[in-house]
Amino acid sequence: MSLLLLIVQTLNGLQLGVLLFLIAAGLTLVFGVMDFINLAHGVQYMLGAYLAVMFYTLTGSFLAALVLALLASLAFGLLLEFAVFRHLYERDHLEQVIATFGIILFLNEGVKVAWGASPLSLPVPDAFSGSVVLMPGLLYPVWRIVIIAAGLALAALLYVLVTWTRAGMLVRAGASNARMVSVLGVNIRRLFMIVFGFGTMLAGFAGIMIAPILSVQPGMGDTVLILAFVVIVIGGIGSIRGAFLAALLIGLVDTLGRSFSVDILRLVMAPSPARTVGPAIASMLIYLLMALVLFFRPAGLFPAKGRG
Amino acid sequence: MTDAALNAAPRRLLARRAGLWRPLALFAVLLVLPVVFGAQADYALSLIERVMIFAIAALGLDLIVGFGGLVSFGQAAFIGLGAYAAGILAFHGFGDTLLALPAALALSALFAAATGAICLRTKGVYFIMITLAFGQMAFFIASSLAPYGGDDGLTLRARSTILGFAPLADERVFYYVTCAGLLGIYLLCRALIGSRFGRVLRGAKENPTRMAALGYEVFRYQLVAYVIAGAIGGLAGFLLANATNFVSPAYMSWQRSGELIVMVMLGGIGTLDGAIIGAAAYILGSEYLSQLTEHWAMLFGPFLVLVVLFARGGLIGLAARLRRGAR
Repeated sequence: MSLLLLIVQTLNGLQLGVLLFLIAAGLTLVFGVMDFINLAHGVQYMLGAYLAVMFYTLTGSFLAALVLALLASLAFGLLLEFAVFRHLYERDHLEQVIATFGIILFLNEGVKVAWGASPLSLPVPDAFSGSVVLMPGLLYPVWRIVIIAAGLALAALLYVLVTWTRAGMLVRAGASNARMVSVLGVNIRRLFMIVFGFGTMLAGFAGIMIAPILSVQPGMGDTVLILAFVVIVIGGIGSIRGAFLAALLIGLVDTLGRSFSVDILRLVMAPSPARTVGPAIASMLIYLLMALVLFFRPAGLFPAKGRG
Repeated sequence: MTDAALNAAPRRLLARRAGLWRPLALFAVLLVLPVVFGAQADYALSLIERVMIFAIAALGLDLIVGFGGLVSFGQAAFIGLGAYAAGILAFHGFGDTLLALPAALALSALFAAATGAICLRTKGVYFIMITLAFGQMAFFIASSLAPYGGDDGLTLRARSTILGFAPLADERVFYYVTCAGLLGIYLLCRALIGSRFGRVLRGAKENPTRMAALGYEVFRYQLVAYVIAGAIGGLAGFLLANATNFVSPAYMSWQRSGELIVMVMLGGIGTLDGAIIGAAAYILGSEYLSQLTEHWAMLFGPFLVLVVLFARGGLIGLAARLRRGAR
C-alpha cells in the first residue's frame, strides 16, 4: 500500500465521483422537482457513449462528435419526455419504475441491433492522449484529469445556475414543493422540460467523456444507474449539493475499497481468506454506507428544504 | 354481485369480492396441465414450475407492496437466501427437505427481520433504495462464497429428499408439490388479508398517522408482513434450487427484484390473483417472444410501457374494463 498508489487511486476515485455526479445531478433534479423516478436515466448515459462513437466514425473529430452527440442526446431525451414520460408524472412511483424499466429493456436491446453486441471503443483525442508526470514517479493519464476538470467545472456551473439564477431558484422551490410553485403561477411543465433536457445532456456528456476509457457496450448504463441512485439517496433527493458530496464520497469509497480491501484485511486475517472476502466487502461497501446513512438520516444527508 | 358494483369497489378489495371463479380456474388449469402435456413434456413442465415458483415469490411481494404499500426492491435476495440454504446444506450432505426447508425459511425470515427493522425507518423512495441496498449486499456475499462456487454458483447433485426417499426426482411429483406450495401460500395470503392483521396493514398503507392515532403500532405490523414476505421468498428459493438443481448469485441480482415487481404490476397490484397471472404472463411471454426473435426485449420493453400507459391495474384491471366496455 504505497503512497503513490494511494494518490493514483484517490484520483481515480475522484474521477468516478465526478462522473457519478454528472449522472446523479439530472436524476436528483428530475426526481426532486417532478417526483419522477426515471430508471431510463442510465441508458441516456449509454446512448451518449454510443452516439459519440457513431459521430466520431462519421466526422473523425472528437470535438464534432462531442457536440453532435450532446445535441442528439438532448433531442432523444426530449423525444422520450414527449412520447412517454409526461404521461407518467401523475402516476405513482411503481408505475414509473415499470414504464422506465421497459424503456431500459428496449434501448439496451436497441443499441445491440443498431451497433452490434460487441463492445466498441473511442480513441482518446490526440491533444489529451498519453500521461503526465504529476510528481516524480507518478504518471497519470491526461484524459482522466480532463474528466475530473470538466466534471468539477460543470459542478461549479450548476452551483451558480441553481443558487444565483431565477430558473435555479424555481428549481429549488420545485424540489421543496412543486405544487406550491405551480399555484404561484409558474409553468412547472416547462420548467421540468428544461430540467429534464439539461439532466439528459449531463448524463449524455458523462457517457461521451467516459467512452475513451471504458468499452462502450449494451447494459453499461445499468450499473451506473444503481450507483447514481445510491448517490442521490445518500445526498438527499433534490439536493445538488448533496448529490455532489455523495458522488465524491461514493467514488472514493468504492475505488479505494476495491484497491485496498485485501491489503487491509490481511492485517487481521490470513492471506487466502482475505483474497476471497476482500473483493466482496469492497463491492458491498457503498451499500453498507447507504444503509448506515439512511439508518441515522432517513432522508439522506442534505434533504431538500420542506421534505421529510 | 353485479360487475358494476364490483368496479365501484376499491381495487384492493377486488380479490375478496370477485369471488372464487378466477383462482379456481387458475388452479384447475395448473392441475390439468401435466395431463394435457402428456408423457414427454419435461421442458413444458419445468417452464410451468418456474411460473409457479415465481408466482409464490410475487405473492409475497404483493402482500407487502399491494396491501402494505411497502415497495421492496430487494425481494430477490430472499429467493437467493432460500436457494443457498438448500444448496449449501445439500453440498454438505444434508439434502433432506425436513432440514433444508425449515433452514431456508428461517434464514430468509431472519434476514427479513434484521433488515426490515432498519428499512422500515425510512419511507417512500428511500425505502425502495434501502431494500435495494440490502439486496445488493446479499448478492455480493453470495458472490464471495468461494467454497460454494462464488460467482459461478453451485450445482446440486440431486433434489432434496424427504425422510431419505427421493420422490421429488420425478418431474410430475415435483410439479404437484410446487403447485401445492403455491396453493398454500395463496390461501395463506388471502387469509392474512381478510384478517384483522391484514386490515391494519391496509389501513397503514392508506394513512399510517391515523392508524397510529387509533393505537396500532404500525411499525410492528409492517415488520411482521415484511418477515412473512421474506419467508415466502425463501420458500420460492428452496423450490427454485430444487427445480434447477443449481444455485447462483444471479438469483439475487437487482434485475430479478425488478422482474418480480413487474410481475406483480403486470397482473394487477393488490389482487393476489394478479401476482400469479403476472408471473405467468411475464415468464411465458418472454419465453414466447424469445423464440420469435433474439431481440425479444425490443418488443417486451414497449409492451411494459403500453401496459402502464393504457392498462392501469394490470391485466386484471384491463379485463375488468373490457368487460365493462362490452356491456
